[in-house]
Amino acid sequence: MSTGYIILIVLGLGGLGFFLGRARAFATSHATGKKLHSLPNYYGQAVALFTAVPALLLMLTWLFVQPLLIEGRIGQMIPDSVIPDGGAKSLVMADVRRIAEGLDALMAARQMSEADLDAMRADFTDIRNRLGNVGVALGSDVPVPVFEAAKELRKSQNSGHFLMTVAVLGLALALLVWSWLRVHPDQRARNASETFVLALLIGASLVAILTTVGIVASLLFETINFFKMYPAGDFFFSTVWNPQFRGGSDLGILPLLWGTLYVSFLALLVAVPIGLMIAIYLAEYASKALRAVAKPAIEVLAGIPTIVYGLFALITVGPFLRDYVASPLGLGSSSSSVLTAGLVMGIMLIPFVSSLSDDIINAVPQSMRDGAYGLGATKSETIKQVILPAALPGVVGAILLAASRAIGETMIVVMGAGAAAKLGLNPFEAMTTITVKIVSQLTGDTEFASPETLVAFALGLTLFVFTLGLNVIALVIVRKYREQYE
Amino acid sequence: MTDFTASDAVPAPRKGSLLTQDARTKQRNAKEARFRMMGLVAVTIGLLSLVGLLTSILASGLSSFQQTYIELEVYLDPAKLDKTGNRNPEDIAKVSTFGYAPLIDAAMGAAIERVGAATDINAKAAGELISKEAPASLRDFVLANIDRIGETVQFDLLAAGRIDGFFKGRVTMETAALDRNISPEQLQLADQLKEAGILTTKFNWAFFTAPDASDTRPEAAGLGVAIIGSIYMMLIVLVLALPLGVAASIYLEEFAPKNRWTDLIEVNISNLAAVPSIVFGILGLAIFINMVGLPQSAPIVGGLVLTLMTLPTIIIATRAALKSVPPSIRDAALGVGASKMQAIFHHVLPLAMPGILTGAIIGLAQALGETAPLLLIGMVAFVREYPGGPPEGFFDPAAALPVQVYNWTQRGDPAFVERASGAIIVLLVFLVLMNIAAILLRRRFERRW
Amino acid sequence: MYDAPKLSETRVSNNDIKIAARNVQVYYGDTHAIKDVNVDIADKTVTAFIGPSGCGKSTFLRCINRMNDTIDICRVEGDIRIDGEDIYDKKVDPVQLRAKVGMVFQKPNPFPKSIYDNVAYGPRIHGLARTKADLDEIVEKSLRRAALWTEAKDRLDQPGTGLSGGQQQRLCIARAVATSPEVLLMDEPCSALDPIATAQVEELIDELRQEFSVVIVTHSMQQAARVSQKTAFFHLGHLVEFGDTGQIFTNPKDERTESYITGRIG
Repeated sequence: MSTGYIILIVLGLGGLGFFLGRARAFATSHATGKKLHSLPNYYGQAVALFTAVPALLLMLTWLFVQPLLIEGRIGQMIPDSVIPDGGAKSLVMADVRRIAEGLDALMAARQMSEADLDAMRADFTDIRNRLGNVGVALGSDVPVPVFEAAKELRKSQNSGHFLMTVAVLGLALALLVWSWLRVHPDQRARNASETFVLALLIGASLVAILTTVGIVASLLFETINFFKMYPAGDFFFSTVWNPQFRGGSDLGILPLLWGTLYVSFLALLVAVPIGLMIAIYLAEYASKALRAVAKPAIEVLAGIPTIVYGLFALITVGPFLRDYVASPLGLGSSSSSVLTAGLVMGIMLIPFVSSLSDDIINAVPQSMRDGAYGLGATKSETIKQVILPAALPGVVGAILLAASRAIGETMIVVMGAGAAAKLGLNPFEAMTTITVKIVSQLTGDTEFASPETLVAFALGLTLFVFTLGLNVIALVIVRKYREQYE
Repeated sequence: MTDFTASDAVPAPRKGSLLTQDARTKQRNAKEARFRMMGLVAVTIGLLSLVGLLTSILASGLSSFQQTYIELEVYLDPAKLDKTGNRNPEDIAKVSTFGYAPLIDAAMGAAIERVGAATDINAKAAGELISKEAPASLRDFVLANIDRIGETVQFDLLAAGRIDGFFKGRVTMETAALDRNISPEQLQLADQLKEAGILTTKFNWAFFTAPDASDTRPEAAGLGVAIIGSIYMMLIVLVLALPLGVAASIYLEEFAPKNRWTDLIEVNISNLAAVPSIVFGILGLAIFINMVGLPQSAPIVGGLVLTLMTLPTIIIATRAALKSVPPSIRDAALGVGASKMQAIFHHVLPLAMPGILTGAIIGLAQALGETAPLLLIGMVAFVREYPGGPPEGFFDPAAALPVQVYNWTQRGDPAFVERASGAIIVLLVFLVLMNIAAILLRRRFERRW
Repeated sequence: MYDAPKLSETRVSNNDIKIAARNVQVYYGDTHAIKDVNVDIADKTVTAFIGPSGCGKSTFLRCINRMNDTIDICRVEGDIRIDGEDIYDKKVDPVQLRAKVGMVFQKPNPFPKSIYDNVAYGPRIHGLARTKADLDEIVEKSLRRAALWTEAKDRLDQPGTGLSGGQQQRLCIARAVATSPEVLLMDEPCSALDPIATAQVEELIDELRQEFSVVIVTHSMQQAARVSQKTAFFHLGHLVEFGDTGQIFTNPKDERTESYITGRIG
């Protein structure tokens, strides 16, 4: 039975529970002559919640835990002899998984029965060919232990799924009966169901925490694996980035960090002055009509997905800079360059800087402005000498937030900055960033055993720590600044 | 009314007249004007960037909504398609696309003869005017209509990508001379066919419905799978993120005691909103794919990742909406004996709903355009099969609109850049529609307390 | 419509009229906030504007140095002349005007800068000091004049926002007098201060009269009586009565003034 159907059945039981609970509330109230403590719907609600929610939670946990347990056991079945030189167990496990899926597909296509499978031996049957027929292509012939592991995996998965079906539906039914029996006019059904709902609300707010935990755990776990294979000192201090397919890679973060900071710096160089001036102009000078047009238009820039900016860099800005600036000046012949990515990312950040600055400038009290105007300062003097200094902490916070955005931005640099890890100063050269390398190391077939793949997690962790640090500092500064004027 | 008269003697101004500007004031005013001009320049740059961005995308992408077709009358030769002659579907299915190509070449030759086009290229070169995708579509037609074998059927076959590019100005005689895939003679023939009305340009419906196509046939590439994949992911996000986000907001805004624990949750949410999207991709890869064992490239994984990314946006919007409901409403409900839960679910939540939905739509729009995390969970894979219907289809491989754009930009043929820009236009149209919906919703239900 | 008092009645002396307003109307959008105000303000005198809140006294005050220009929807009609020059003339630069007509606001609003920089700000932008020594002198003189020197001389480089409320307001006064204006407008300068600070500022106002024409808006009739020589009573946008302070408080001509003085409206 597929997971979708189990969910539907559990929800159906919940619905049934609602009506049963409600009916029983009426019935018992009638029979005992007692007044119901709560509205009848609450009795139904309590039964429905008790029926559906724990069962669904059980199912969710099961789905998370079962693969971990089964794969751990199957992994032990694979002898070291079948692990190819320089490869890793996880590669073999991937094969096992794919063979198991292929067997399922064969079964589904009715090309094989369970009995056939039991009799099937890797050394007698051309498994590779048969699996190829159902679209599962294997790189080589299947060794006996691998095939046996795949059979075992399939069996465990199937029995695990069966157990789960029984357990989930059993729990739902048991709780349905239990909570239905509890229905009684004296039962404080509203309180019960409200407490239940409150628990659900709390659970929902924990998802945010779980997400953070998940991020940190997944990054940290694989990063530690990476540093077991590759020395941390080399990672942080080597100036060479040169991953190889077959070991011996140089995986120094410095060229990537340099590219990231260079692009971000150029982006801020574009975005901060323009964004700030836009905020100032629209807040202090612009006519109502201009503001009504320009403000939403600038905000539209913020709503455009970064892939659009990436394409803009790729097809317009990059070739333009190459043909009209870099080539004539003899500075380079690459259409993807630090400057391309920096410029386009700068445009992307303009609305970000301007709307944050706008908030911050508006938070400077009018009395400051009055004080300066009252002394005979011009508008620009007031802005430059009174408002901006007063707003400085907030503006700095906004710039830090923008910097964190720039550092974590992916699509623009993937499409605009290039892929060459280089430590250079020429902005017309292609360089690469941390995010670009995360993408290139983790797309395609990923095997979680080689340092070339795992390095992406170390890069991700570095990125996470960087942006988190910037965000926390920025939020603290902005919050302090807001308090100052409240 | 009184007026100034000569008798109102006034002392002479002590320090210069107000009516004349002194040098310093002039200088300061010039500075003021310069500063103001700088601001105007900045606003202009901002607006020009928007205009430049949109025109560049539109200019290179609008043509993808048009496609060149060649109208041919193809004789479905039984000798080639059904050698046994008994119209057995299984035997006919054994004929591969290679078996269909000669039929098209023959039809092409006949068409050239019929219009009397003057050309000295051979039949094979003439056949190259037609997309390599054409035999496959012919085969699909035959397999679906076996009874029509032996008839002559009129087909609208896709023209090859370079021919399409020729009529869109991407390919010229000069570039064709340098191009292995096309020759100037072929282009001349195409011109003659166009005059004869055999070669036509039509609205490209297939762009919205067809699946992706391989590197060598950009003319056949469509967004069908990507649109379905994106819609599936949006459904998942809507179904998961909206209830979770609303529930979390209700707890944090209405029930949570002010203590360290809730403070932690708050800081956590605002930080999550600023975590780079690619990090969510890593999370999806490590947890959902490697740990839980969900399939790669599947909308379910994309949907889950985007849900986690969208949650902070929805929570922030929902809390703002809840906050804007005046406390008097809560007091009124509590005052007539409602429990706190009842007050919130019966009164506060319905009043906050427009704000919540607006926030949800904006969050969805963000999720729709998100690319980077989807790259990591395998949505870049080349997928030609449409995913099944929900909910099983959520686990089938699919593409997504923004990832399809990225995918196409990574390919060699410049025709894919046109397709990518076209896909961006489709994506932007979706975003505009969603934002209009959000604005309308806000207008319709806006309430002033 | 109420008739403005005849000019001859309100004039103290023909020779030292600093500010003359004729038929001044102020509109905020559609609201007619100031209606037909005529008044002559003498030099080296403290003139108090009193009246119930919302009567337009602050609005009128802000017309005198064109602070109302900073409010988009505000429109001023009529004539206001300082030393015979129409300050709403197109040729007049409000920046130059405000150097001549200083202002102190209701709430102390020192800039988030050092005490020194606060006072030096006006002289700097108007270029009143050629050398650092000049500027030092102006700052010291202004702080002395604002009776803040002894308290502030050792902490000139500390932020002005760190001072107490009364000190902050005196700092704002020092800041205003540093540009050596000819008129000093004060918009309820003591409303945010405690009684002791108020007393200090009032004392200061009396001293400032030696050099400036001071116009003060106040909510407190006692304060008007204590510091001013001339008093104008505003009511619902009209200037109801204008005259010597003693006469207004002891023998008001208009019954509305009397009602206000005796506490029946306000």
